[in-house]
Amino acid sequence: MKNKLFENIMQAIFLILGLIAVGFVLLISFYLIISGIPAILEIGVFKFLFSKSWAPTSPQENFGILPFILTSIYGTSGAVLIGLPIGFFSAVYLSKFAPKKIKLIAESAINLLAGIPSVVYGLVGMLVLVPLIKIIFSLPDGASLLAAILVLSLMILPSIIKVSINALEAVPKEYEYASLALGATETETVFKVSVKAAKSGIATAVVLGVCRVVGEAVAVIMVSGNVANMPSLFQSVRFLTSAVASEMAYSSGLHRNALFSIALVLFLFIMIINITLNFFIKRDRKG
Amino acid sequence: MNLKLTFKRKLYIFLMKVAMIFSTVFTVALIAFLLFYVLAQGIRNINFELLTTKPSYLLGKIGILPDILNTIYIIIATLIIVLPLGVGAAIYLTEYAQNKKIVKTIEFASETLAGIPSIIYGLVGMLFFCQFLKLGTSIIAGALTLSIMNLPTIMRTTEESLKTVPQSFREGAFGLGAGKWRVIRTVVLPNCLDGVITGCILTVGRILGETAALLFTAGFAHALNGIITGLVSPGATLSVALYVYAKEQGEFEIAFAIAAILMILTLIINLVATLISKFFKLRSSI
Amino acid sequence: MRKTISVVLSIVLFICLLGCKNNKNVSTDGSTSMELIIGALGEAYEMKTGITVTYNPTGSSAGIKAVSEGRCDIGLASRKLKKEEIENGLKETVLALDGIVIIVNHKNPVGNLKMSQISAIFKGEIRNWEQLGGDKGEIILIGREAGSGTRDGFETATDTLHKAKYRQELTSSGDVITTVSKNAFAIGYTSLSSVKNNVKTLRIDNVIPSEETIKNGNYKVQRPFIAVTNENKPLLENSRNFFEFITSEEAEDIIRFAGVFPAG
Repeated sequence: MKNKLFENIMQAIFLILGLIAVGFVLLISFYLIISGIPAILEIGVFKFLFSKSWAPTSPQENFGILPFILTSIYGTSGAVLIGLPIGFFSAVYLSKFAPKKIKLIAESAINLLAGIPSVVYGLVGMLVLVPLIKIIFSLPDGASLLAAILVLSLMILPSIIKVSINALEAVPKEYEYASLALGATETETVFKVSVKAAKSGIATAVVLGVCRVVGEAVAVIMVSGNVANMPSLFQSVRFLTSAVASEMAYSSGLHRNALFSIALVLFLFIMIINITLNFFIKRDRKG
Repeated sequence: MNLKLTFKRKLYIFLMKVAMIFSTVFTVALIAFLLFYVLAQGIRNINFELLTTKPSYLLGKIGILPDILNTIYIIIATLIIVLPLGVGAAIYLTEYAQNKKIVKTIEFASETLAGIPSIIYGLVGMLFFCQFLKLGTSIIAGALTLSIMNLPTIMRTTEESLKTVPQSFREGAFGLGAGKWRVIRTVVLPNCLDGVITGCILTVGRILGETAALLFTAGFAHALNGIITGLVSPGATLSVALYVYAKEQGEFEIAFAIAAILMILTLIINLVATLISKFFKLRSSI
Repeated sequence: MRKTISVVLSIVLFICLLGCKNNKNVSTDGSTSMELIIGALGEAYEMKTGITVTYNPTGSSAGIKAVSEGRCDIGLASRKLKKEEIENGLKETVLALDGIVIIVNHKNPVGNLKMSQISAIFKGEIRNWEQLGGDKGEIILIGREAGSGTRDGFETATDTLHKAKYRQELTSSGDVITTVSKNAFAIGYTSLSSVKNNVKTLRIDNVIPSEETIKNGNYKVQRPFIAVTNENKPLLENSRNFFEFITSEEAEDIIRFAGVFPAG
């Protein structure tokens, strides 16, 4: 009897521990909504999301976050545009063609890339990349959307490469044998058969990478110049993440609440991406 | 293969090969550049004095001992908090849970946690731990925030290794009349050690690299404290200190020195993770 | 497992309790521009008495809020208190006067600007250094983020409040200095206490920022560094001693060492 009670208590404890992750998600959503909604209501949803000017401390204060939203979208798309081809071709080479030794070296290099703290990316970006961009494009100043895109495309590489390799390696060998038997060369087989079979896995890789890039704050704050301009490749810009990070320390009142609202918008972005990701994974399982 | 290929096919194959080799070489070269650039810039600035003193305004000197200690404190505190939670949750999922809906909800929650950007953790940590729980800007508030962040990692690695524990072990123990908790404690837990350790290593790696979540929760003071006062005081970890020295104070020699230290630690962590997974594979194959 | 959890929880609780009782140290909170001055004063005080002074660089407004909510002993602000803040029972004590200096790259031949020129530059009316007698090149405006005390002080004094059109908005004095030192056409502003010799300080209307010109008001772009205390809540012994120390004559040399000028 005593034993039974004890077992029940243990089960209850583990249930609570299991549900703690759910609790944390609720806690985060709760705090973001509670602190993010008031400013949005006060400013007006439409004005908040689609007004082009961010002037939080001016007498004619204006809280439009369209520049941040567009910068985040452009920055992320730019990073995918550059990172995806490079990551994709590297992944194909490493999973299908590379000799074992090269694969081992490259994979540990990519693991290192994944583990490098984002401040280190920011540091190298701000001291090497930003001056380089200034010289190459003869700009007045190198801190720009382009600098941020380049840093982000480097940061997106490890997740694209690692997840794509896994997806490509999971393709059944029979598919490839069949293609080879039909007279296709090895290269054709890989690109026309294996890659097609691993398509949704590669899509997952991209979405995972996007997740990391959309949420990156520290590295972009160090290279992007941080002015609330509408995005343009060679202009200084501000992302959703860097908007929150750069003004939080000094803000008060509505300004502070508006920063929480930006965080809420960012959170919704991430949730949408996550749901897309789940969709890909589910389709993968079915197909 | 002696087949005659049309020019178009040959061109296709050639282009694809070029693209693959170029991409791989480019990626590896870039990583090599990053590694050597940071190490070259950083190592010459690392010296004994830097590692063993605290910064002094009066002498105009910088030392990173407080940051090293803060990093160690925050790692210890985070692991102490997150390990029971993560391992417990994983045990619930693999050993207890029968309701599929609950399992799905927990898994969805854990995936969501893994995807949330660290800046949002920083904000919520500031609102909840620093302000609502009145912990103030402190290492312990930072550690609590990092615990939520790393919960999915510990859960996932533990769960994966729990799944590899053969069902027959459990059945054998049950057959001897052991209760569920006893089976878990004596049979299941010892066998998922590799997952727990892997999780810990990944967590340590992530804590070392984290900045955004800590800026608003743990602050950026460089005071030299023992572990107890250290936990309740604000303090910068190495990554935060790197950010502050590079971005706020323009002390690039110090920043590169810290970057090199972090780079070396990342290398070590990757190495240890590989070795451990090899070790456990070897053991389980015996 | 259960034991571990309870042990962990009690450790956490114990630490929290310690946190509440931890009033031996003197805690200060506020303006990031005051890092050097409060850091130097705190260090000198610690050497003298062994009591640690902690400093949390959160910004002027945040520091003022922290004192009124009792989250720190002494608040630090790089601006005067507002009327409603004084009405809430806060008291300001001017520790030092700080000049906000206009900085350019060493390669820039311009050494003096009129106040009206500075105003026109930051409003975007003058866009090229050629117009000011410098080399041909677009003027790059480097400023601070919205809410910064330095930005507020600068824009108020130069009549550019909310009209400045920056190329970069950076979050710290150090960052502004670094960026200006790396760009031959950049111009920025920063606290006199944080300026280093890798950038050139400009004269304004031919006045050099110095102790004399700041104290007699000839150098216009300036602001006070104040210590904020709560009238309703008397300071504990350690904090009171520290407060007396930083307002004493003994502290004046340290304040000068930090690059600003004692108020007395």
